[in-house]
Amino acid sequence: MRRDDENAAATAEAVARRSYGKLVAFLAARTRDVAAAEDALADAFAAALADWPAHGVPDNPEAWLITAGRRRLVDAARRRRSRDAGADHVRLVAAELEAAAADAAAIPDDRLRLMFACAHPAIELAARAPLILQTTLGFDAAAIGSAFLVAPATMSQRLVRAKQKIRHAGIPFRIPEAEDLRARLAAVLDSIYAAFAEGWSDPAGTEARRRNLAAEGIWLGRLVARLLPDEPEALGLLALMLHAEARRGARRDAEGGYVPLGEQSPARWDGRSIDEAETLLRRAGALGRIGRYQLEAAVQSVHAARRVSGGTDWPAIALLYDALYALTQSPVVAINRAIALAETQGVAAGLAVLDRLLAEPRLAEYQPYWAARAGLLARSGAVAAADQAYERAIGLESEPAVRRFLQQQRAALRGR
Amino acid sequence: MKYMLMIYGNEAAMAKARKADFEQMMGAYLAYTEAMKQAGVIVAGDALEHSSTGTVVRVADGKTQVLNGPYAETKEQLAGYYIIDVADLDAALSWAARCPGAQHGAIEVRPLRAM
Repeated sequence: MRRDDENAAATAEAVARRSYGKLVAFLAARTRDVAAAEDALADAFAAALADWPAHGVPDNPEAWLITAGRRRLVDAARRRRSRDAGADHVRLVAAELEAAAADAAAIPDDRLRLMFACAHPAIELAARAPLILQTTLGFDAAAIGSAFLVAPATMSQRLVRAKQKIRHAGIPFRIPEAEDLRARLAAVLDSIYAAFAEGWSDPAGTEARRRNLAAEGIWLGRLVARLLPDEPEALGLLALMLHAEARRGARRDAEGGYVPLGEQSPARWDGRSIDEAETLLRRAGALGRIGRYQLEAAVQSVHAARRVSGGTDWPAIALLYDALYALTQSPVVAINRAIALAETQGVAAGLAVLDRLLAEPRLAEYQPYWAARAGLLARSGAVAAADQAYERAIGLESEPAVRRFLQQQRAALRGR
Repeated sequence: MKYMLMIYGNEAAMAKARKADFEQMMGAYLAYTEAMKQAGVIVAGDALEHSSTGTVVRVADGKTQVLNGPYAETKEQLAGYYIIDVADLDAALSWAARCPGAQHGAIEVRPLRAM
């Protein structure tokens, strides 16, 4: 019974966040003042977070928020009167909102416009994903900060600066025109993926805030895919996230130990999520514009095919990583490419790629590089070098389960 | 919204430009300015004399200091500016990208403060 209550409470909270975000987007898109929109709805949002998990979600969540926030909304309009000429505009906006409240469907969804503003090139890179999470889902600076391993005060300042920049620099709330759309959409998608990836590093979902980010990353991905159904990269990103999430249940064994992808039992993968991801990827492919997220999703698709074929098509994966590397020149992609090459051309070929990456300064502190290197060195019989690489990897890993796994691999070296 | 487009360029490189390139640049600026006028967005615009013609004034402890310019020794120097009135930042950025100076240096786009 308690589990049901917890699920109901979590759902109610999610609905509150999404309704709040829709209203923030509506107000912000018209006034260009994100902070003022959040302030106007703050009390109503707090009330909803307290009330709905306990008493259930109202039939018209947005109308509830507008009614609960009516006084603040009017006050906000009055306060602005003394500051700038847009006062009448704000009053009209608040009135428009109230009128629309009667019919929930009448409130247009401006969240995509808000996300494009948040991911605008003029906004500091490190602020974009946090800004989207705060404005569309109402997460506070402390929660977002802890997800991205940034101090709350730092995150808070970052968010304040970004919102001020949107207002003062005149960043538009608009879905960009054709030529700009692709590049700007990439920034939005990158932000959503950043939020999702932060949540995903906690596969057991033990830390409540982190678990929410993975689910909310997928929700944001669904929103963008629904609003831009002809953009293959939006579909690709959603497919990628669904594939990753489908394997959540298989990443840890019964004792909480880490299970690498190659050893996971497909029976523990979420088949429905994989099916949905495959459908999205096919639709994306039919649109004929390949991109980074579709390629990443395609790699996951090949891995997922193991549930049917029992094996992994490594040549296909190697080809996909070739294309990804040509597109992104990302060192992370290079590492994954090396692992695939080790399967198709032998361990030495994979190690050669990793050797060339040694010069990359960013990789000195990147655990997956050292783990991959250690694995390949071990397979090539270079025990001493593998041992050192495992030590590096272990020292760089923050998750206890993964650390234990690496320590076991390292110990197995000596056992050979 | 009003924005200032500040055009930064490397003066030394510009001084070494061939006559033909220089004339092409001037022609481009004429066309650019005309396009802004036709679009009804230009508020003001001027080229500035060489940064060595600048003089810096500071008043400290009641004393006026006059120093040889420019304000700062930088790799690229302020060469000119435009003030435009457009709908939003994207529109301003679009004009900045078309500025001939953007190909050889950088354009800083900053909103004018609404008083």
